[in-house]
Order: sequence, then structure tokens, then C-alpha cells
Amino acid sequence: MTAETTHPTTETVDDDRRNFIHIATGAVALGGAGMFAWAAVDQWSPAADTKAASSLDVDVSKVPMGGEIRVLIGGKPFFIRHRTEAEISAAETVNLAALPDPETDADRLRAKADGTFNKTILVTSGACTHLGCVPVGPSQGNTGDFGGWYCPCHGSHYDTSGRIRKGPAPSNLPVPDYRWVSDSVVNISL
Amino acid sequence: MSGHESTYTPNSAFERWLDKRLPIIRFANDTAISFPTPKNLNYWYVFGGILAVCLAIQIITGVILAMHYEASVDGAFASVERIMRDVPFGWLLRYIHANGASMFFLAVYIHMFRGLYYGSYKAPREVLWILGCIIYLLMMATAFLGYMLPWGQMSYHGANVITGLFGAIPLVGESLQTWILGGPSIGNQTLQRFFSLHYLLPFMIAAVVILHIWALHVPGNNNPTGVEVQDVEKDTVPFHPYYTVKDGFAIAVFLIMFAVFVFYAPTVLGHADNYVEANPLVTPSHIVPEWYMLPFYAILRAITFDLGPIDAKLLGVIFMFAAIAILFVVPWLDTSKVKSMRYRPVARQFFLGFVVVCVLLGWCGAANPDDPVIPALQGEASLVVSYTDAAGAAASSTYRGGDEAFTAAEAFIATLPVTANASLEAVPAPAFAFRHLSLILTFMYFGYFVLLFFLGLSEKTKPLPESIHKSVLKAHKPKTGTAVPAE
Repeated sequence: MTAETTHPTTETVDDDRRNFIHIATGAVALGGAGMFAWAAVDQWSPAADTKAASSLDVDVSKVPMGGEIRVLIGGKPFFIRHRTEAEISAAETVNLAALPDPETDADRLRAKADGTFNKTILVTSGACTHLGCVPVGPSQGNTGDFGGWYCPCHGSHYDTSGRIRKGPAPSNLPVPDYRWVSDSVVNISL
Repeated sequence: MSGHESTYTPNSAFERWLDKRLPIIRFANDTAISFPTPKNLNYWYVFGGILAVCLAIQIITGVILAMHYEASVDGAFASVERIMRDVPFGWLLRYIHANGASMFFLAVYIHMFRGLYYGSYKAPREVLWILGCIIYLLMMATAFLGYMLPWGQMSYHGANVITGLFGAIPLVGESLQTWILGGPSIGNQTLQRFFSLHYLLPFMIAAVVILHIWALHVPGNNNPTGVEVQDVEKDTVPFHPYYTVKDGFAIAVFLIMFAVFVFYAPTVLGHADNYVEANPLVTPSHIVPEWYMLPFYAILRAITFDLGPIDAKLLGVIFMFAAIAILFVVPWLDTSKVKSMRYRPVARQFFLGFVVVCVLLGWCGAANPDDPVIPALQGEASLVVSYTDAAGAAASSTYRGGDEAFTAAEAFIATLPVTANASLEAVPAPAFAFRHLSLILTFMYFGYFVLLFFLGLSEKTKPLPESIHKSVLKAHKPKTGTAVPAE
């Protein structure tokens, strides 16, 4: 770039000065657009109230023996099952090698504050790992071939530990992030 | 054509005054009145006009519906029912809007097949074609967003499946899905943003339509011979009255068919499940999209195998998007210099096959992937007892036949110890299922475009007519043989 060129008018044009102004103006415009784009994109992220609603205290003492309750946290379904002795022993005695996604029943429980386990209460996600349908369970009168849950969409059977036993689902019902607040209350968070 | 000279003469003092300031009447005259249009356009060419009418109908009814709709998870379903029952003529406006979406897609599919058949995507109309593909993409996005608004069971769970597709993208998938939904799952915030975008996109479609028409008017219309206009005098007629009347007639016929749906079968294209309010805890047993998305849904579900590090779910998503993306590059995939399939005897057969493949893919998309395609060929189911044998390994035993098989299986289970964990299951006999058919059709769909590439290099085409004018004269040449005198 030449430093100075003559203009048809009498005044001389300083090209460096012009380029500087163009680049500076462009940079400010681009920076402003970028900063606004950030705000415009980020406003779609979960809002503070949505995030705040992403955990829930559940009183598990109200769950009837052999039954379950279903809770929605942030719109996602979770199962809280009160297992019978027979269901617990069925979950514990299964041959791990024969499972599509091997996990012991103890792996799928969380310890209470004192380090002991409450085997009667099982907390799992309520979304089938195949395509996200919500399986049916004891309240709907169908627990599948293995006494746990049955997904009517594509026929996945889960056992009394929420493990996949048969059907197209690739993995066990995930155990959510939860902790025992007291002997009868669990706090489940997403 | 952009080159054509303006034939507009302002007749009044006002027109002359306006013409110097804003030549809008001149513009309208040159684009919609005197525009030279090939004289041989057939009825496959009327769908552009029909589509413009469809867009106008959707925008008008949609803006009105938005005046009565409430975008909230608590109020959406009830507000749609209120539109149907309480708002004066609400039922009519909503049925026009809901069926209008189907009519819009029906017309756009015919319009696209027309373009593929007559080679309307080839030079110098590549940009015109790509703009059309963009409109089609925007239409699908708009339809998907709009389908969520009634907040029915199919709205909710359909949107769940489709937004779940983004979750299949490696690394960023999960955060992208959370960003799109505005939370861990579909909620009020999702419904509100979908409503906002559903209102916005049709206007973006309208803007791209303007570009589409602009890009059409630069080279002018293609025509069934695929031969470009050489002599404007001989090869073309003015758009008005020749094509305004022809398009107008077709629009009237199309609207009559539209009205038949609205008044006699307004729900036949929808799903009964969507008249049940959305419930995240209950999934409909069979989630299907609207009919116009079915071929792509079939492609999505056809892929049930992993390919290297790409798992089946992601591969399905890739194939589904590729099925649309491939349309954008058709102008460069098709190597033939001849535009119209009229003069490409081999490609023509494959084109007709391609149409059948698309329709069959739609059929597969609607079906349960595991159902047999031809139920009559399905063999008898067998009973399988699965159990753990003494050595701790999984074992099974199969029984065929009627009641005796069940009795035998029951008796066998009784002999097993409790620790064998025996279970009884009816296993259907292997059959040619919809997922197999979908996979074959998916490869045929993509195969067509690959074929266009190689066919164009080797195909022997029929001789092209010298001009549009000559081809019209030839088509109307009196038949040889005994002439029947007019009575």
C-alpha cells in the first residue's frame, strides 16, 4: 500500500489512515455482533429456575411394599421401587455372566449416611435405554418376564434391579445421582 | 427471462409519475404479465403456483390461529380444543392449517419430482434448485415445530425422538440437546421457543421463495424438452393470460381436493394419539411422524448396524440427513448433458423406480420395523424356554406346535430348579420384516444418485428436438392414414 495517493480533488488521501479506520470499524462491528450472538445463543440454555428444579427430595416411606412411585424431575421420569424379599433375592442371585450389561445388585444401590444399604428401595431412571419410552411396572400390572419392568414400545424386559435382561435395549436403566438425606428421604438430582 | 425488454407503457399521468419514482407496476408487468414462458409447459409445471397459494394459506390461517393459541404446557392443549369447539370458525381454520401442511408437502413432492424428471436442476438453474432445497428444509423444520404445538401425546413423544437424534452426535450431542430443549427434557421453555420459531420460519420461507422466483426469472423456465428458449417469438408465450389461466385452473382443482380433505376427512392424515394431552410418563406404543416425514423416518430406523466407531443410532441420523443433503448436490451428480428424461430412455426407467422407492420408504416408515412385510409368509411362532443350566451358562429349549407345545414347555420348566431362572417366550419365526425392506430401499435411494453420475457418462440418449417450437409442431402433426373430414 502506498502511503499517499493523489485524489482528483485537491486534498491528498492518507490510505494508511483510511485502512486503519476501516479495520477498526469492522473489528468493532464484528466484536459487537459476536457479543450479541453469544447472548442470543446462550438464552436458550437452561434458565436458573429450570436448573433449580433439577433435584427433588422424595419420601420413600410412602412407597407400598411390592409397588413403586414415579416422579418427574425436570420432566424426566424416575422409578422408586419398594422391593419384596423375593424380588431382592431374585436380583442378587442372578448369574452375572448371563447379563447383557453385567452389574451386581449392590452396584445399583447407594449407601446411606451411616454406610449401610437399604436394599428394599431401588431408584432408577424411568426411561428405557432403547428409545426413551417409559416402561410399565407393578402399577400397570405388567412387570415383564423378570419381575421388574417391561417396555411396551419394543419389548425390553428389565429385572427387579432395573437391569436389561431381554429385548433391544442396550443397557440397564441408569441409576440416577441420588443420596439418602435421612432414613426415609432420598434426594434425586439430574 | 432477465434479458427480456420491458413492454410496459404507463397509460395515465399517475402511472407515469409513479414509474419514475417506484417502477412497481412495471416490475409486476414484466414478471407476471409479459414474462416470456416456454409454450410447451405441461400440467406438471403448475405446482409452483399451487405452492405459492399453499404458503399464503398457511401464513393467513396460522397468524389467525396464533391469536387464539396459548404457548404453555398447561394451556396449549386446552387452547387448541377451545379453537376447535368455542372459537367461531376455529375448527375450520385449524383444519385448513393442519391439512394445509399435508397439501403443501404433497405439492412440493410433485414439484421436486417434476424438477428431477425434466432435469430442472441442471445448468444454468443450479442456484434455483438449491434455493428450492433450502425451502424444503425450512418447510420440514416448520412442520416439525408446528406439530409440537397442540401438545398431544404424538407432539410430545415425536419431538422427544427427534430432539433425541441430536443427542446421538458424539461429544457435543448431549449439551446440544439440552441447549435445544432449554432444560433436561421438553418443557414449557421448549414449547415457547418452538412456537416462536414456528411463527418465524414461514416468513423466512417467503423470503427464500422470492429468491427462488428471482433465480427462476434469470434463465427463465425449463420445459419438458429441456431445450432452452432460442427464439422468444416462436418458443414462448406471455405468462398472462396463458399460464395465469392454466395455473389458475390447476389451483382451483387442487383447492377442491384440499376442501374434500378439510370437510370430509379432516383427521384422516393425523394421529388419534395427538388428541390425548401430552404425558411424559406414558409413551404411545407406536411413535410415527406425519406422512410427509415417513420416508426419512424409515431411513433413520433402517440402520441397525454399527460401522466402525460410529454406532447404529448415529449412523441412522447421518443417513437421514444425507438423504436430504444429497439433493443439494444433484446438479453436480448428474453428469448427463441432456436435461429431460424424455430423451434419456434408461435414466427414465430408473427415475420411475426412484419414485416407487420413495413411496415404499414412506410405507416402511409407517410400519412397525419388526413386522413382516407380507404377513401371509410369516411362519408359525415357536415357544422358547430360556434358563440357566447346571454349569451356569445360558441355555434354551424350543417347542413348536399348538397347545401341546405349551404343555410340553410348561412341563419342562417344572423339571428345572428355581435357580435356573426359567422364562417362557413366544418367538416369531424369522420373516422378511420392514427393517430389512427399509435397508434395501435406503440403498436404492442413494443408489439412484450414484447411478445418475455413471449413467450420464455412458447413456445413449434420443435426439433432442431442434427447438421448443419444432417439438410442439411435431407433437401436433396430423396423423398419417385416412383423414376424417370434419363434420
